[in-house]
Amino acid sequence: MSWLPPLLVALPLLSAAAIAGGQRVTPRPLQDVVAVAAAVAATALSFLLLWQVGAREVVDWFGGWRPRGGVAVGVDFAVGPLAAGMCCAIGLVVALALVYSLAFLPGAGRPFQALLLVTLAAMDGFAMSGDLFNLFVWLELAGTAAYALTGFQVERLGPVQGAVNFAITNSVGGYLLAFGIALLYARTGALNLAAIGRVLAGKPAGGLVVAALTVVLCGFLVKGAVVPFHLWAADAYAVAPAPVCAVFGGVMTDIGLLGVARLYWTSFAGLVHGQTLGEVLLWLGIVSALLGGAMAFLQRHLKRLLAYSVVCHIGIMLAGIGLLEASALAGSELLFLAHALLTAGLFFVTGVLQADHGSVDELRLRGRGGRLLGLAWLGGSLGLTGAPYLGLYLGHGLLDEGASALGRPWAPALLWLGSALSGAALLRAGARIFLGWGAGRDPLLADALEEEPPGRAAGRRLLVTVAAVAVAGGLAISLVPGLGQRAAYAAARFRDRGAYAAAVLRGTPLRAPPRLPVSIEHTTLEGVLSACGATLAAAALALLALGRRRLPQALSTAAARTLGPPVRVLHAAHSGVVGDYVTWVAVGTAVTGAAWSVLLRGG
Amino acid sequence: MSRRGRLALLGPALLGLGALLGWGVAGLPAFGHYRGPYGFVLDRIVVPLRHTTNVVMGTTFDVRGVDTMGEEFILYAAVLGVTLLLRSGERGRPGRQAGERLGTDGLRLLGVTMVGGGVLVGLWLAAFGYVTPGGGFQGGALVAGTILLLYLVGGRSAYAPFLAEAALDPLESLGAGGYVVIGLAALASGLPFLTNLLGLGTPGSLVSGGSIAALNWASALAVTVALLTLFAEFLETYVVPLARADEA
Amino acid sequence: MSYLPYAVAAWICLVGLAGVATSRNLVHLAVCLTVMQSSTYVLLLSVGYVAGGRAPIFKGAKPGAKAVDPVVQALTLTDVVVSVAVVALILALALDAHRLAGTVDPDGLADVHG
Repeated sequence: MSWLPPLLVALPLLSAAAIAGGQRVTPRPLQDVVAVAAAVAATALSFLLLWQVGAREVVDWFGGWRPRGGVAVGVDFAVGPLAAGMCCAIGLVVALALVYSLAFLPGAGRPFQALLLVTLAAMDGFAMSGDLFNLFVWLELAGTAAYALTGFQVERLGPVQGAVNFAITNSVGGYLLAFGIALLYARTGALNLAAIGRVLAGKPAGGLVVAALTVVLCGFLVKGAVVPFHLWAADAYAVAPAPVCAVFGGVMTDIGLLGVARLYWTSFAGLVHGQTLGEVLLWLGIVSALLGGAMAFLQRHLKRLLAYSVVCHIGIMLAGIGLLEASALAGSELLFLAHALLTAGLFFVTGVLQADHGSVDELRLRGRGGRLLGLAWLGGSLGLTGAPYLGLYLGHGLLDEGASALGRPWAPALLWLGSALSGAALLRAGARIFLGWGAGRDPLLADALEEEPPGRAAGRRLLVTVAAVAVAGGLAISLVPGLGQRAAYAAARFRDRGAYAAAVLRGTPLRAPPRLPVSIEHTTLEGVLSACGATLAAAALALLALGRRRLPQALSTAAARTLGPPVRVLHAAHSGVVGDYVTWVAVGTAVTGAAWSVLLRGG
Repeated sequence: MSRRGRLALLGPALLGLGALLGWGVAGLPAFGHYRGPYGFVLDRIVVPLRHTTNVVMGTTFDVRGVDTMGEEFILYAAVLGVTLLLRSGERGRPGRQAGERLGTDGLRLLGVTMVGGGVLVGLWLAAFGYVTPGGGFQGGALVAGTILLLYLVGGRSAYAPFLAEAALDPLESLGAGGYVVIGLAALASGLPFLTNLLGLGTPGSLVSGGSIAALNWASALAVTVALLTLFAEFLETYVVPLARADEA
Repeated sequence: MSYLPYAVAAWICLVGLAGVATSRNLVHLAVCLTVMQSSTYVLLLSVGYVAGGRAPIFKGAKPGAKAVDPVVQALTLTDVVVSVAVVALILALALDAHRLAGTVDPDGLADVHG
């Protein structure tokens, strides 16, 4: 069945070309149907692929160029269950976004749908690819389509600025990645990931390899919006239309993390002292989780708030990858699945609020939200906080298990704090908008941004339905029987460098997979307590933020005096100026490069 | 951050990055001592297996053909994006355009000769792309560039056919989509995607390479039309306000 | 001498990055991005060079003749197209910025921040 991976990419691309090329000839309803059908078909094919990869690694060599004499001559797609699962989630979110945009952006024009389909194809291609330069091509394709989609509403300056910051920062990351690819190619003489891994295995990391892996991994981290490469994310999400934000925040940022994980476990894991790569990734993840959570708490613009919540959860997922442990990776997978659907759902809710009231500002929307939307927002917030048996709960539990198994209980504690902060931000916003609690003014929050123009509320019922479906799907992830065990198996397959190389380079079939039970994953008491604690802490912080006026005067002035300066520094650092962002990319690359130079030499 | 703060951060960062990259390139094999097997294997096998004497194009359109498919769509997405981003701009009305044609007849004759010559050279580069140095991209870029010369030489009225979006959009889709269709044709025959299906012909002649020739022309078409669309969008948006300033 | 091309590539990358980070004009910034991308072209092509090798065009030569690496040339071609696409988008955005804000200075575009 190795015709599936290329079809997964070719079908959306061909549909995109057909839609955009035929825009003057074919009637609009037909093109809408073709667009949604293409996305749904791609999702269905992904699920079929997921079923296929249970027993073997599906490897497809393009053009029939199989390896010759041990040299991998062609480009391959090598799909395991983790990648196939990601393709399913990507397809689902893009399909939901396309359906949503039928009602939300009825006058969008065909290029909009074509660009979304191109993004879908590029993300699927990235997830499946087994060739380093091919990964770069899909990354740039997704990026190009994304820059255009961000600047979609060009009647105002905000979208132009967001698109400029996004395009420039991500291009710099991409070019650093290309530089690293050239270095790796020179060192190993190969572009195939398995072949690179085979050459580097067991060797110490010289200057060439350290420089190459630094720029390659930092290129992916820029895409993945990890601190300090994350500054573009809030600007881009604040101005893109809601369905586009759902795709970006739900799935597109996460493919950067997949790139990091894929490169580590196919190519760099065999290096001497290779495990130290994970240390730096773990710390970047923890810092992202804390900073993302803190910044989310300081926002009043709902889409920026959600953007920082994405940064926070990306940090948690990266920490799970950086722990380099089987349960932790399985936890990150489940976090990704739930997070994709829940974040998409919350962005869909903000879209409805924007269409109803013409604003996505938390303070201006105070008390104006409807009840059904409020339920969706509450569900999404609880799911993202990881309340027991909802949403991210199972992923958090597996990640914590992995960290404890390595003897690092402080890591989950810090991640817990970040998660509680972003959860508090979401709950606070929800309470203020849908219940009318809290004041109409809050000096700790960022400045107000320009008003969004009111959109048309055509087909509002469809918009709310899509949002509810996304949130419900995300919440259910922790309850799907058998998903936890299959995620663990997928993680084990993903980490097995030897089996991957054998399957890709020699076509060796895998060992027979174990029979996996179909039951809800059992979690420990600590997991339940931690989840309850996170939810309660988030609720308490939210209430504290809402009821600040009721605090004794001395306490609030003391708090303002201690918290004020750091908050001002944080707001100033996220300045909206692209020169600052690129400077931080340079700083981040230099610092991580220095750290890896020391660690990989055994220092 | 103030400009001074930014420079204070940037300086040490660039020094550190420079040290890292310098240390990295010092570990490369010396210039001229390429070691890796990949290039040597392709140099040996592409001509016998695919009958294209230009091994670079054989690599681009066959061995690594899926990269080129992605690259086509990057250009396509950029063109769609530019159309999306510039559509709210002021659109040109073909009014009085003073002083826009080149001065003397001799200069116009030279310009027209260049346009004709350039298009011919571009088509030749594209046609023989897989035999001698050249290729679909290179030829397409040259053709599009020399057509732009027509705007300078003949003015807006002479260039008008190349500003017609109704003609350019379907052609662009044909180029990009055509690439995918050729790949899918192989898939439909039960072979891997983008397998070379057509007869291979004799190396060194125009009839060689099989589907490489078809893919070559698909990308030539896609690149030419993409660049023409980009020129059209920029000309419509940017030049008109200048012309208005002239009239004002 | 044998490491000069690589040093040049690294230098171009840093200069381009410095230009992007300190630019005051979006059009200048797009060109700086192109400069940064050019460093990858130089690096790729230098890495693939074989001393005494001919171009990998075998019309009129036997296929076993010593030739340089064709793979890096194919990669550079793809990189060039990527660069064209990004520059086109940024220039379009610069036109929009000029129309809406009257400026193409990236420092003056900080509408969305915090």
